Amino acid sequence: MQIDKELDLKGEVCPFTFVKSKLIIEQMDTGQVLRVILDYKPSVENVPKSMEMEGQEVLAVNQIGENLWEVLVRKVK
Amino acid sequence: MSFHFTEEQIKRYSRHIILPEVGGVGQKRLLDAKVLVIGAGGLGSPSIYYLAAAGVGTIGIVDFDVVDFSNLQRQILHNTSRVGIPKVESAKMTIEALNPDVKVIPYNQKIDKSNVLDIIKDYDIVLDGSDNFPTRFLVNDACYMLGKPLVSAAILRFEGQLTTFDYRNRETSPCYRCLFPEPPPPGLVPSCQEAGLLGVVGGIMGTLQANEALKLILGIGEPLVGKLLVFDALTTEFRTVKLRKDKKCNLCGENPTIKELIEYDQACEVHF
Ligand SMILES: [Zn+2]
Repeated sequence: MQIDKELDLKGEVCPFTFVKSKLIIEQMDTGQVLRVILDYKPSVENVPKSMEMEGQEVLAVNQIGENLWEVLVRKVK
Repeated sequence: MSFHFTEEQIKRYSRHIILPEVGGVGQKRLLDAKVLVIGAGGLGSPSIYYLAAAGVGTIGIVDFDVVDFSNLQRQILHNTSRVGIPKVESAKMTIEALNPDVKVIPYNQKIDKSNVLDIIKDYDIVLDGSDNFPTRFLVNDACYMLGKPLVSAAILRFEGQLTTFDYRNRETSPCYRCLFPEPPPPGLVPSCQEAGLLGVVGGIMGTLQANEALKLILGIGEPLVGKLLVFDALTTEFRTVKLRKDKKCNLCGENPTIKELIEYDQACEVHF
């Protein structure tokens, strides 16, 4: 899968993990994919949930290390 | 669309950015917006304060008064240590302490026929929070001529009124003169003894003015056009009265007679 933009949010907590992801996605083109790296457990649930509420498509949420996750989001609108 | 926010701005405006109706795009719009507020008093204090907190990037403030102890019951931009200094200066200090993103442009002068168009022309929206009829009519006529949206509010005793005149659509929006064709005769203007006011009424109506301005800037919701909102603090009730465009209106009607600015005399100078 092609990743168009990557955002490393290690050290960030809610709600800024979502706020920063949203600011990037707003500036991307429809159809592009954003990969967000998170190390704050509550954000791993909240970022995908909030993205879906905004109408974006969450492609995957994967644990990629000890206390490390990636969220893949496709911009729909 | 591209924008850049500092870490501090992301934190400051996060509650806006989270809103689907605002986002980074809307916040950028707010930072680029220019709002002019007439009067830094009971209505201007809350409207200016909230517009500044929201990150409206340029706020012009017109007022030629100085801060007086009698203002402090409701004019929350000012404080005891500011008594005696111009209200626009006091307002600027308060706003700069709240949000360095906001550029405050003070107009420490009486607004009149000679300067009103020049002051208003560079702004996107005008909020009228003035305390006298000559200013209200002058600001209204100038906004109409320049095609600027005007958010008008008035307060007295326990009552507040609010409406928005959207002069970007002059063919459909009623104007202030559809509501009040001329200033009331001197006898009908409340005398000094009658000019009591529960301070919080200014807080409520001024905050609603800021809400109208934010919606207009963001292009969301529906502005209060063609409707007059009346608030009664004693019953805590709002009611809405329909406003119609008057075909016979001297300013916006079919045969307008007002083609240039008019300066009315102030019947009774009530300065609080
Ligand atoms: Zn009219």
